Amino acid sequence: MNTNSNTYTVIYSAILVIVVAAVLAFAAMSLKPLQDTNVKVETISKVLVAAEISAPDAKMSNEEAMKTYSSSIKSAILVNGKGEVKGTLSTDAGNIQIYTQSDLKAQNDIIKKIQSGDTKLLDDLRLPVYIFNVNGKDIPVVPCYGAGLWGPIWGYIAFEEDLNTVKGAIFDHKGETPGLGAEIANHKFSDQFDGEQIRNNSGEFVSIKVVKGGADKDDRNAVDAISGGTITSTALQTTLYNWLNLYIPYFNNNRVSTPAVTIEEE
Amino acid sequence: MKDINLKETLLNPIFKGNPISVLVLGICSSLAVTVQLKGAFVMALSVIVVTALSSLVASLLRNTIPNRIRIIVQLVIVALMVILVDQVLKAFAYSVSKTLSVYIGLIITNCIVMGRIEAFALGNKPWASFIDGLGNGAGYGLVLIIVAFFRELLGSGTLFGFRIIPESFYEMGYANNGLMILPPMALILLGCIIWVQRSIQKDLQDK
Repeated sequence: MNTNSNTYTVIYSAILVIVVAAVLAFAAMSLKPLQDTNVKVETISKVLVAAEISAPDAKMSNEEAMKTYSSSIKSAILVNGKGEVKGTLSTDAGNIQIYTQSDLKAQNDIIKKIQSGDTKLLDDLRLPVYIFNVNGKDIPVVPCYGAGLWGPIWGYIAFEEDLNTVKGAIFDHKGETPGLGAEIANHKFSDQFDGEQIRNNSGEFVSIKVVKGGADKDDRNAVDAISGGTITSTALQTTLYNWLNLYIPYFNNNRVSTPAVTIEEE
Repeated sequence: MKDINLKETLLNPIFKGNPISVLVLGICSSLAVTVQLKGAFVMALSVIVVTALSSLVASLLRNTIPNRIRIIVQLVIVALMVILVDQVLKAFAYSVSKTLSVYIGLIITNCIVMGRIEAFALGNKPWASFIDGLGNGAGYGLVLIIVAFFRELLGSGTLFGFRIIPESFYEMGYANNGLMILPPMALILLGCIIWVQRSIQKDLQDK
């Protein structure tokens, strides 16, 4: 057989490509559930670290992480941009529902539209609040998501019962510059947020600023930016503002009487 | 067809004909993934699997591959193996796959894989090609692990993430070598490995 003829070459490459595509499709389909669990567990462990339930360097198996999550969480709710509770997420160990990056991105797209003036969409937002029970206190953890320098950045912020003081925070990124912007994922950076507040002394929402050149030590609303990572730092400041701003109605509704909403109120 | 000595095929690329230190192929990824032993170890395993399996498949198909598109066919085979390895890592070793990120995908462009298919697998029987792929992958992996050993030990004071240099040394004034975690040190270490090897193997020295 002439393996150099045009017909042979065309047919050969067509068959090869179809076979390879079939093998890859099969592999992707059969491994998808495991990969999805991994992504979910990564989010779960980040949320647990933010709430200071597990240590940043703790090595937990997927099962352990899911178990810790569902035993320490009180409820996971969805709120809209007006502070109303609009649904719950399952916290059952076997079927944990949690917002992964793609879900956060979808909400961030709505947030962008709201910022460009479409305030009707405030009703359509479904922002997650994970409320943990830590030593008898209700600790809510909220996510944030936005654009960094090269790709998305995101994070989880845990608040004290006053819904103003940060208890813990953790940030991550897809592809910020190693050694510079990527340092937002470093615990030395995120530890600065502990004890910071999102309201100023007169109680107005000001978010937390990430200040280039170093924040004033007495300023409870600012942390130090990363040297050489100015764009990522500024992006994080914007991201925090955008997301926390939309949680403020929910915080306002819940901080006076009971710090956290119970599901029955829905 | 000449007889292939399988033992020689397996062992030669590990030391005497090492793809990195003798042929200086595939050094790009060896710079990127050698900060820590764990990453280097998984990378080494991945490359061994990819070189061995793609050499095997290419060798099985060698009499059917149209000569004019053989490079493309090789690339498709290599890409298939790399994507499979990547998917498996994402499913079973998620944290490692995150650390290695794009470098697993970049095995496709690793010169060793394509080089061995072109130079060996297309002219030899499947079993010999498989062994050749194993050997070359192992040779690559060995250098990776040696480089990573020194970089992690001197750069972070740990091995496989476990602390090796005791805290008391740090209190006495010992400090980690920060330069070790940066890519240039991988090149310098690689240079040292080549130096050592060439001074042992006189036949590699240029006259």
